[in-house]
Amino acid sequence: MRPSWWKRTAGAAIVLVLLMLVMAILVELTPLGENPWLRILFGISALNFTLRAAIPLLLGALSGILCERSGIINIGIEGMMLAGAFAGFVAKTSTNDWPLFASLFFSVLVAMGVGGLMGYLHALLSIRFRMDQIISGTVIIILAAGLSAYLYDRDAIAEGKFAPLPIPGLADLPVIGPVLFDKPLLTYLALLLVGVVHVALFHTRWGLRTRAVGEHPRAADTEGINVNRLRYVNTTLGGALAGLAGAYLVLEAVGQFQEGMTAGRGFISLAAMIFGNWTPFGALGAATLFGYTQALQNELLLAGVTNVPRQFISMLPYVITIIAVTGFVGRVRPPAAIGQPYETEGGKE
Amino acid sequence: MTTPVLEIQNISKHFGSVVANHEVSLELKPGEILALLGENGAGKSTLMNIVYGLYQPTSGTIRIRGQAAPIRSPRDAIRLGIGMVHQHFQLVPVMSVVENVMLGSEVVKQGLLHRTQVAEQIVTLSREYQLEVDPQALVEDLPVGIRQRVEIIKALYRQADILILDEPTAVLTPQEVEGLFAVMDLLRKQGKSIIFITHKLKEVLRIADRIAVLRRGTVVGTADPHGATEGHLANLMVGREVLLQVEKQEAQPQDVVLAVQGLQADNDLGERCLNAVSFEVRAGEIVGVAGVQGNGQTELVEVLTGLRDSTAGSLHLSGQDLTHASPREISEQGQCGHVPEDRHAYGMVSSYSVAENLALSGYRKPPFVRGGTLQQDAIEAHAEQLIRQYDVRTPSVQVPGGSLSGGNQQKLVIAREFSRPLKFLVAAQPTRGVDVGSIEFIHQQLVAKRDEGVGILLVSTELDEILALADRILVMYRGAIIGEVPQAHASRQQLGLLMAGVRSDSPSPST
Repeated sequence: MRPSWWKRTAGAAIVLVLLMLVMAILVELTPLGENPWLRILFGISALNFTLRAAIPLLLGALSGILCERSGIINIGIEGMMLAGAFAGFVAKTSTNDWPLFASLFFSVLVAMGVGGLMGYLHALLSIRFRMDQIISGTVIIILAAGLSAYLYDRDAIAEGKFAPLPIPGLADLPVIGPVLFDKPLLTYLALLLVGVVHVALFHTRWGLRTRAVGEHPRAADTEGINVNRLRYVNTTLGGALAGLAGAYLVLEAVGQFQEGMTAGRGFISLAAMIFGNWTPFGALGAATLFGYTQALQNELLLAGVTNVPRQFISMLPYVITIIAVTGFVGRVRPPAAIGQPYETEGGKE
Repeated sequence: MTTPVLEIQNISKHFGSVVANHEVSLELKPGEILALLGENGAGKSTLMNIVYGLYQPTSGTIRIRGQAAPIRSPRDAIRLGIGMVHQHFQLVPVMSVVENVMLGSEVVKQGLLHRTQVAEQIVTLSREYQLEVDPQALVEDLPVGIRQRVEIIKALYRQADILILDEPTAVLTPQEVEGLFAVMDLLRKQGKSIIFITHKLKEVLRIADRIAVLRRGTVVGTADPHGATEGHLANLMVGREVLLQVEKQEAQPQDVVLAVQGLQADNDLGERCLNAVSFEVRAGEIVGVAGVQGNGQTELVEVLTGLRDSTAGSLHLSGQDLTHASPREISEQGQCGHVPEDRHAYGMVSSYSVAENLALSGYRKPPFVRGGTLQQDAIEAHAEQLIRQYDVRTPSVQVPGGSLSGGNQQKLVIAREFSRPLKFLVAAQPTRGVDVGSIEFIHQQLVAKRDEGVGILLVSTELDEILALADRILVMYRGAIIGEVPQAHASRQQLGLLMAGVRSDSPSPST
């Protein structure tokens, strides 16, 4: 990728986030807050909702980045997320009698483990059995939806979820404090992961090899890199991140499991990944934008805006997703070798 | 006597029932350039891929500096000091030179890539070996000649002292070839050993210390460049007397069949790739289009055959205006044949039978179709006749076209295109990946079509092919025709300068 490209997408993401924060501060602390529209658009409640909606999208997009940068299309994020959510729920309900934090921590690990297993299955189908990666991803989605619905015990109740963990000092800042520094653990973790994945992808040996394998696997192979092993590792790690997104939904955002609770978030994650040009900071920007549209929908309905039919307001997130992705699709560049199985040339000429 | 750095002992390689290498033995001495000469498909690349660990030999051993060394993967080869510059460059286009050079042999400091140190090493290496390159540049922005330098630097960075160069001159202009030879000479003086793979006789005689000739997977002879002649090497390569010159009469050009005026077109990325291209082809002449690959020849052929639409200019074929016509209109109304550059993508359907492939241009008309159904008997009878006439070697007309050898696939395409009524023919790289015997046949067929009064546009990156066949030569550079030279006055040097974009206003006297 051209360095200028990721700088531009990452730059746009940072500008977007800063703009929202500045507007929120102005609304909160200056007479601008007397304008009811600005309160709806930039109030603390809108920002909180944005972040809550953005975190699973962000984790899903990071999951997609790990897989797709190594050349494996991951359309199954939705399924991996759902599997993670269900596994996390089952782990939580069966450890209700443990100390709360131990139980939650264990459940997150189980969710990531099951997500990782789904990722491994996807890798196995697409690398070992050379299945079309779109089909394999669809298999993952159907498998997760079917199994979780079948095994779901409607009487089970998860007791407790991640509670906000204010960061001393920072949490007392106006606006920024409650929005960014008074959040439960997984939110901090997701935001931290943006930086971690960025550094790993662009500044470590693993990242260089991942990008090479996704762009030109033959070149990587001739330099002694095991292409398929790296793809297994990355797809499994990606699955674990999607599982973490599922854990976030069950163990932090909602506290319970519902059938089909991912509700298309995996697909919106894919859109965020593409919109963010397969970069972590780009994905952060895209996830924030998509999260904001959901917050907007919510705030407008709460504020009782009635001169527009409710259905149109509910459409907002999806319309903006479509516009954003179609407007950008021609300008982003996916990894060149994406979706192509790699076979060493030993067997044929 | 010095120990050879590399000994290949009785190496055989079988792919299923195909024998790619049989009992090959070679040795490479320190500080020498060994040329490995052979035609396409002689097994040169297979042998070198074995040395580099990409293939495992069926039998035989390799010794490095006197030690038996099993090479199971490129990793082993790199560790043993073997570097390879592949025919198709193994570089990641969207990454920088530094990233490409360090890939697989990264320098890491506290877990992070140490790009500055590698960049410094690249600068040092490029000074030492006159391989100038900007370490920060993205590979996709670099011209082909520079990409090759990056590949060589990559091998040197891994401290290779055995360098394998697989057809390194195929993508270069004659002037760039001279530059490469200078670098090879420098490497040899520094004690590096080089295996230089090629099928071009002139280059071998120019640079090699020793020559080994490979034919059908075995070493058929070695030669000393000081005593050898081109004719001698060609005979070794092919195993019989070859006509290095195509016999033909003076052309008798008649009326204009193709006239293009101010043609302009964009490539797939939307960038202008043809710029005000104007020329004519007359019936009964072969017009050659020379140029380094990627200077708009592919797109020119696509526009002429209707596969790509032009954005400006006009195209008249057989007296009709076919400027924005579809491929079918050009082929049928314009009576235009097309031997495409990439026969797998445009010339044939690999999974269709030989007979079906031969019927692809006429399947819509009787006798191949009656009442909406294909007439298998007519299609097969037609195919039987064509494979005899064009010497297509196939077990039957029912086998898939893709199962034939490269040369026979090409003859299949040529048989289909040549056997219909033609006024004009575009032949793009008609002998790429084809054995010498078939090349001779294809060249004779092209000259025969010319003498029947067909106008032919021959696009080729092989200068020798253009010089042997064309009556007039156009040179393309960056999407424009930079010069026209009558064949009688053409010299390799003059064409080479034009191919590199150097326009000589006073044409040098013919040599």
